[in-house]
Amino acid sequence: MAYYQNILTQVQVRPVEPEFGVPVAVDRRWGRPFNSYLIGLFGNSQVGPIYGGYLGILSFVCGLIAFEIIGLNMWASVNWDPVQFVRQLPWLALEPPRPQYGLKILPPLEEGGWWLIAGFFLTVSILLWWVRLYRRAKALGMGMHVPWAFASAIWLYLVLGFIRPILMGSWSEAVPFGIFPHLDWTAAFSLRYGNLFYNPFHMLSIVFLYGSTLLFAMHGATILAVGRYGGEREIDQIVNRGTATERAALFWRWTMGWNATMESVHRWQWWFAVLTTLTGGIGILLTGTVVDNWYLWAVKHGVAPPYPQVFPTIVDPLSAPGGTP
Amino acid sequence: MKTLLAVAGAVAALFLTIAMFGTAGWTHPPLVSSQNGFRGTAMGQVENREAAAEVKAANVAPAPADPVDTGGERAGQTYQNVQVLQNISTEQFNRLMVSITEWVSPEQGCAYCHNVENMADDSMYQKHVARRMLQMTQHINADWKGNHVGGAGVTCYTCHRGNPVPQNIWFTDPGPSAMSGFRPRNNGQNIAAKSVGLSSLPYDTFTEYLADKAIDNNAIRVNATTALPTAPGKPIQQAEKTFGLMIHMSQGLGVNCTYCHNTRAIADWSESTPRRTTAWHGIRMVRDINGNFMEPLTSTFPPHRLGVLGDVAKVNCTTCHNGVNKPLNGANVIDAYPELASNTAAPAAPAPAAPAAPTPATPPAAPQ
Ligand code: HEC
Ligand code: HEC
Ligand code: HEC
Ligand code: HEC
Repeated sequence: MAYYQNILTQVQVRPVEPEFGVPVAVDRRWGRPFNSYLIGLFGNSQVGPIYGGYLGILSFVCGLIAFEIIGLNMWASVNWDPVQFVRQLPWLALEPPRPQYGLKILPPLEEGGWWLIAGFFLTVSILLWWVRLYRRAKALGMGMHVPWAFASAIWLYLVLGFIRPILMGSWSEAVPFGIFPHLDWTAAFSLRYGNLFYNPFHMLSIVFLYGSTLLFAMHGATILAVGRYGGEREIDQIVNRGTATERAALFWRWTMGWNATMESVHRWQWWFAVLTTLTGGIGILLTGTVVDNWYLWAVKHGVAPPYPQVFPTIVDPLSAPGGTP
Repeated sequence: MKTLLAVAGAVAALFLTIAMFGTAGWTHPPLVSSQNGFRGTAMGQVENREAAAEVKAANVAPAPADPVDTGGERAGQTYQNVQVLQNISTEQFNRLMVSITEWVSPEQGCAYCHNVENMADDSMYQKHVARRMLQMTQHINADWKGNHVGGAGVTCYTCHRGNPVPQNIWFTDPGPSAMSGFRPRNNGQNIAAKSVGLSSLPYDTFTEYLADKAIDNNAIRVNATTALPTAPGKPIQQAEKTFGLMIHMSQGLGVNCTYCHNTRAIADWSESTPRRTTAWHGIRMVRDINGNFMEPLTSTFPPHRLGVLGDVAKVNCTTCHNGVNKPLNGANVIDAYPELASNTAAPAAPAPAAPAAPTPATPPAAPQ
């Protein structure tokens, strides 16, 4: 008998009859289910049937439109050169409008108009997907944990690309669509606002982000480690504690004096994940609108410690007498 | 299927590993590090020992020519068409001619600037440029001594390094999308550009920050000086440009941000190193060089020496520094050539009448 006790999924369950799950009131799924070895390496080997639905299809189409607009703009920015498109792909981007356009709804297409259109479709796509998640969870009689967690990520997305730009009065404050460009934008954002590390909500967001990975690793490792006792049947174990749970709990009580429960560890993880983007969004929202220089803010509130001077003090050449050219 | 996947996975992993080690840019041990600020602030420089030695070896100043008699007849009397170096001795003048040949055109020799039938002839553009370069070098050494080049000074070699066209020059970069029918605005960024260390930051920051001598002195600054907003601040795009310029400055000097800044408070001068002040004046010096010497020479250069937009070659930090914090490893290059250390003639407007723009360099009274 094989067990789920390896770091790679070794066991693939392939039912003779495809599994259709619990019966639901309206079931309009498409496709004939099949089994895939490759997919089975990562999860369940059964693929399909899938539920499209109006929302799902509309969301997919809107997402595709945004994807196309972004991709074609990137390609155009290298003169439609296919080789350069592939070589430079990580560098290419679709930029938001320039500051001079403020909150204009549709600046000229090549001046950021495309960015707004792409942003519109991407946002619609994401929101529709959220509604889809909500409705599917309802249909299956589940709790709303997945949609609310996704909503937390959408909050950060909306703050970055929509809410904060509106509060700042300019679309130019938003993030470009592009791989490196959005990272460079992030670095520039921190440089512009006097070091985001001094933003307390950024601090919280980092705590929750790193905390999430830590909890994820601890939980994943614990469950795999008790897989040989059926530990992956977590829900069973909550109700009917078996030796897997006992061992897992004992392990942490031995090593750190206290343990989460089969149930509470998931709550911890859910909150950490949700709070990462929730606090992150608040931090971004306050930047530029309420606080203009986080380092100076931190000095004002006694957060940033002073360091001893190791160089003779220098002064801003612009403020030095006779320093102005 | 299983074996196939395992093999494919192993091959992919192998290639990725090779690519990781093979591609440029890794600083691998043995390392040398130097501390550059208060402990625990990450103010330091970490370099590969060999690479650091290589850079050092590539930036050695040439030995100066043997000294000669400074007395005797003045060059201005001996020769017919000496406009800048009139008041040095003929022997000094000849020595300098030999040296600048070594510095600028060692392969082509005197003929690179001279019609060798008649040395007084001014028909070659190179000679016009070189005359202005003489004045420029004097101006740098005289008027930027206190604030930037210090006692070390510069000669033609600091920039030229044995090439008629210095290796590190720049032109305005119009970007790649200038010719397509639909022109998406890439904001002058988002192309892997050397000028900004292959980041996606705006690639033509030089034109904005290093070419314009009349630019607002606060142009590079983006941080608010108060904790809370008081007035609309600068947009993030501006910060991206500043960031791009800073990457150039760091690369030009072969250092990182903490050489000048304490990166926890980039804008704060009281936490910066004294190098930042030198750099601040360096930025102004480069604008002075480009605006007052290079740009007025635009019409003197033949078209093939100009950039795509017809602009003249210009100077940035790398032109002199070439990857080290002190050009030519801080060697004193000027003491052996006192004739280049001070202004000897009022900067004349360059021949082939340049457009009205070339106002002479700002009087040295208030060097920035
Ligand atoms: C990089 C350009 C350059 C090179 C190379 C160069 N010269 Fe000159 N030379 C000049 C300039 C510029 C002047 C005019 C200086 C002035 O106006 O003060 C000049 C002037 C002269 C004069 C004075 C001519 C006159 O009658 O007015 C002589 C002689 C001379 N050079 C000799 C040489 C010799 C010999 C060499 C080769 C060893 C040489 N030069 C290499 C740029 C150059
Ligand atoms: C601050 C850097 C710098 C210094 C110092 C400097 N040059 Fe130049 N020089 C340049 C740049 C930049 C160009 C333009 C490159 C080009 O030709 O397109 C140039 C061009 C020239 C050219 C024209 C080359 C050609 O073929 O187009 C000559 C000749 C020249 N310099 C001579 C000199 C001499 C002689 C000195 C010393 C007295 C000197 N330079 C000092 C930066 C410098
Ligand atoms: C060689 C010294 C030097 C290095 C290295 C350097 N800087 Fe600067 N930095 C300066 C100077 C000088 C200024 C001020 C320029 C001015 O006011 O004209 C400045 C200004 C800035 C500003 C604007 C500050 C403000 O007042 O808003 C930012 C942001 C910045 N630097 C970021 C960086 C980053 C990031 C790096 C590393 C990639 C870096 N710098 C490396 C010298 C340096
Ligand atoms: C004309 C040549 C030239 C150019 C162009 C130039 N520098 Fe320099 N720089 C020098 C010289 C010469 C020194 C003095 C070296 C010494 O003291 O030994 C120096 C010194 C410095 C130092 C102090 C180094 C130290 O360790 O104390 C800094 C910082 C600096 N330069 C920054 C810059 C920046 C930034 C730029 C571009 C905006 C720039 N320089 C452009 C010639 C140049």
